[in-house]
Amino acid sequence: MMEEEGVIKKFLYLNRKAPYGTVYALESLEVILVGAAFEQDVSLAFIDDGIYQLKKNQQTSVSSGIGVKDFSKTYRALEGYDVEKVYVDKKSMEERGLTEDDLLVDIEVLDEAQMAELMEQQDVVLSF
Amino acid sequence: MKFAILVNEGPYQHQASDSAYQFTKAAIEKGHDIFRVFFYHDGVNNASRLTVPPQDDRHIVNRWSELAKEHNLDLVVCIAAAQRRGMLDEKEANRQGKDANNIAEGFRISGLGQLIEAGIQSERLVVFGD
Repeated sequence: MMEEEGVIKKFLYLNRKAPYGTVYALESLEVILVGAAFEQDVSLAFIDDGIYQLKKNQQTSVSSGIGVKDFSKTYRALEGYDVEKVYVDKKSMEERGLTEDDLLVDIEVLDEAQMAELMEQQDVVLSF
Repeated sequence: MKFAILVNEGPYQHQASDSAYQFTKAAIEKGHDIFRVFFYHDGVNNASRLTVPPQDDRHIVNRWSELAKEHNLDLVVCIAAAQRRGMLDEKEANRQGKDANNIAEGFRISGLGQLIEAGIQSERLVVFGD
């Protein structure tokens, strides 16, 4: 990989869609995992239905669900890839009746103004 | 300005691919550099050389190929997204034991690292998607 030495940019992965129904969430996670090898300054943000990607107790097997792979446990492994800054949108949580206890990983809740500020600080925003 | 472009939606189904093309073309005409165009999600389908649109419609795939040839553009198709969707170049088709390949001229298949690298190397990464 032709990584330019010493260049560290702020990357934000913005996850907006439900984990199942479309492939965006799964393929976003694949980018995050590959991107981790580049040692950039990475943040993840979850807004709208994207919040559901972090929901505990996802049941997707053939016997108990829609018969697709449950990839939610991978979010818990992200810490091991030095992906530790995970943010969720307050309004999206409230609209869906979710609290921090419903989520798989430690997150920081941001209101709209804080989320906008987070986006403003980034060099690269990958929106999925 | 050095741009990188991410195309996340397929041709004809969604405006994103057309918008990405128009943006890329306009940027080049204004004298900007395009570091890379990366195709992800259903965007990989923009690279199918088997695409046959009606004659009175634009040919989205050929249009990318021609732009790439004219301006030496780097058009990269994500390998993982491509394989899920039946998009293979000759080398991958052989490796996977498939009897056909379908990547159009001017595109190449590579990994997601190429997208991250594009984010690092360019001044702006512009995402076209849903």
